[in-house]
Amino acid sequence: MKQIVVLSGKGGTGKTVMTGALAALVDNKVMVDCDVDAADLHLLLTPKVVERHEFKSGKKARIDERACVRCGRCLEVCRFGAVTKKLFIDMSSCEGCGLCARVCPAAAITMEENLCGEWFVSETRFGTMVHARLGIGEENSGKLVAQIRQKAKEIAKEAFRDWVIIDGPPGIGCPVMASLSGVDAVLLVTEPSCSGLHDAGRVIDLGKHFKVPVQLVVNKWDINPAVTEQIEKYCTENGVAVAGRLPFDRAVVNAVIQGRTIMEGESLGLKAEIIKIWAHLKGAIS
Amino acid sequence: MNVCVTALGPMENSEVDPRFGRCAYFVFFNLHTRAVEAVKNPNVEASGGAGIQSAQLVASRAAIVVTGHLGPNAFKTLNAAGISMFSGATGTVKEAVAAYEAGKLARATAPDSASKSGIAS
Amino acid sequence: MIIAVASGKGGTGKTTVAVNLALVLEKVDFFDSDVEEPNAHLFLKPDIKITSEVAVPVPVIDAGNCTGCGKCAEVCAYHALAVIPHPGKKSQVLVFPHLCHACGACSLLCPAGAIREEARNIGVIEEGECGNIRFLHGKMNVGEVLSPTIIRRLKGKVRPDAVTIIDAPPGTSCPVVAAIRGVDFCVLVTEPTPFGLHDLTLAVDVVRQMKIPFGVVINRAGLGNDAAEDYCRAEKIPVLAKILFDREIAVRYSTGDTLADKSPEMAKIFTELYQNICQVKNEADRCS
Repeated sequence: MKQIVVLSGKGGTGKTVMTGALAALVDNKVMVDCDVDAADLHLLLTPKVVERHEFKSGKKARIDERACVRCGRCLEVCRFGAVTKKLFIDMSSCEGCGLCARVCPAAAITMEENLCGEWFVSETRFGTMVHARLGIGEENSGKLVAQIRQKAKEIAKEAFRDWVIIDGPPGIGCPVMASLSGVDAVLLVTEPSCSGLHDAGRVIDLGKHFKVPVQLVVNKWDINPAVTEQIEKYCTENGVAVAGRLPFDRAVVNAVIQGRTIMEGESLGLKAEIIKIWAHLKGAIS
Repeated sequence: MNVCVTALGPMENSEVDPRFGRCAYFVFFNLHTRAVEAVKNPNVEASGGAGIQSAQLVASRAAIVVTGHLGPNAFKTLNAAGISMFSGATGTVKEAVAAYEAGKLARATAPDSASKSGIAS
Repeated sequence: MIIAVASGKGGTGKTTVAVNLALVLEKVDFFDSDVEEPNAHLFLKPDIKITSEVAVPVPVIDAGNCTGCGKCAEVCAYHALAVIPHPGKKSQVLVFPHLCHACGACSLLCPAGAIREEARNIGVIEEGECGNIRFLHGKMNVGEVLSPTIIRRLKGKVRPDAVTIIDAPPGTSCPVVAAIRGVDFCVLVTEPTPFGLHDLTLAVDVVRQMKIPFGVVINRAGLGNDAAEDYCRAEKIPVLAKILFDREIAVRYSTGDTLADKSPEMAKIFTELYQNICQVKNEADRCS
């Protein structure tokens, strides 16, 4: 059983479109959408939820107004600006450190487990998908990502699936690290722009740090062939193989609008290129 | 004296788990009585600090750790607690203990794994 | 007035809109608050004059005064302190600075007064100018987690009498909330695809919960369908601008080129966007 994560550094380069295409193309796998902040893979895979779980992490402070003696000690000690002048807790600023609860002379503050999201196991036309939704303003620590990755791995083992395919989050922070650790390969999907190159470099550094091989796909490559070559050259110089290139094609948007993956869309050229990219990726892993 | 081996299962013939902080089980092997006791790792899904908490769990019960790799936080904690660390173990728990006793394992003198490497490996 | 430019989804054109909006204003402060992946500087190319380090206080244990009681580890919600017992000797306390959230609980509550705080750097804030724009951004060091801290420090440099544009990070999690808290208006940038629409609804939830007046810019209009516009109409959300998809814009973006200072049509689009923002903001003020 092998695991692949699709990353980009910069958002909007085509991770989810690529993951959707692999979902359609690859046999015998489990999908995981690890972009728990703004999950989109379900728009292509139309999952039917089979299991729903609450996700709790960290704590939030709560002031019992009847017990509160309005001394303001909590406001004095809070370093996150989470206690308002009127001595209420601003939930979106509270980081759950618990200091206010410990200093309150009236024991009027309790720390409560924070329900910050949910995660799901679903069935799609391409197999099982594990996904999640993180609540608004919550800390994206990577813990929810780790949770759904663990579940996906368990499902893959029990059902003898060959692949776990992970739609990764943007950026390079903790959620990205949680989606990338222990995988067999990273598929880096980027676009031919300054931002794309800049942020791809940071993903490559992360791959080196975690000792995971990285393969590159430049999406919409013909928007700027010169920058495409620059990115491919940078990658080759840094031990990253070029798995393929996808041209800009309205067929992609059309497929997304219809809730379909590229492999179910109208462009034969794109389909052929995705097949080549997958062959390259598979070859590199084995 | 106890050796702690990180493992994928709770038995003597379970495979070694190369991770420390987020390994599946800690198997404690008494070198004198040869008795085996396993503890399921409660820190598997921790987002941060798994290495530290696992190290504290182990430090109270074993003087020696045998594993695959150690991340920076686990290494720092075990080192402070005076626990001897051996890395590069493979095979089953039984085979790893035998390798340790035969002096075939390298003593870990520095962390050799990136932080958070063990998530969902 | 402080205007934030945000988006549920990454890659919709937040930075494009924020940067070009700044370029049509006579005098403006521009803050790039995507401290994990700042990239507005690639377009505005500011001349950086001031660099300040962002440091957070982390605990340092005075081993002499420490009694090994373990209170510090007990009160730490982030497992950044660990107590190591040594048989027959005083327990030792280890600090893990990367896990520390700088809440101050340990140093405040240590019964022996054995913990002091020292500064640890987590990133930088750079300040400079480009033309009429006063430019600031934050850059968080790789591997750090306290982006809201850097964002709050950055926002501490907002001048009350200036027009400020804040380029927010993508998504809806806590760095975004830190970036847009307290702003006067929020522009939400979307693209007319199902991904853009879905993530727009998430972003709308955020600004409504935070009671910030807002409007939507539809970027790459024509490359998709009408669902986003229909949604805005149904929700009575003002559409402040529609930027038609033009391959030329994509090419310019890819080379780090700006638009509003190079073409009169683009300048007009962004000038009208600013006028619409002011209009919607005034209406919102009258209603509240």
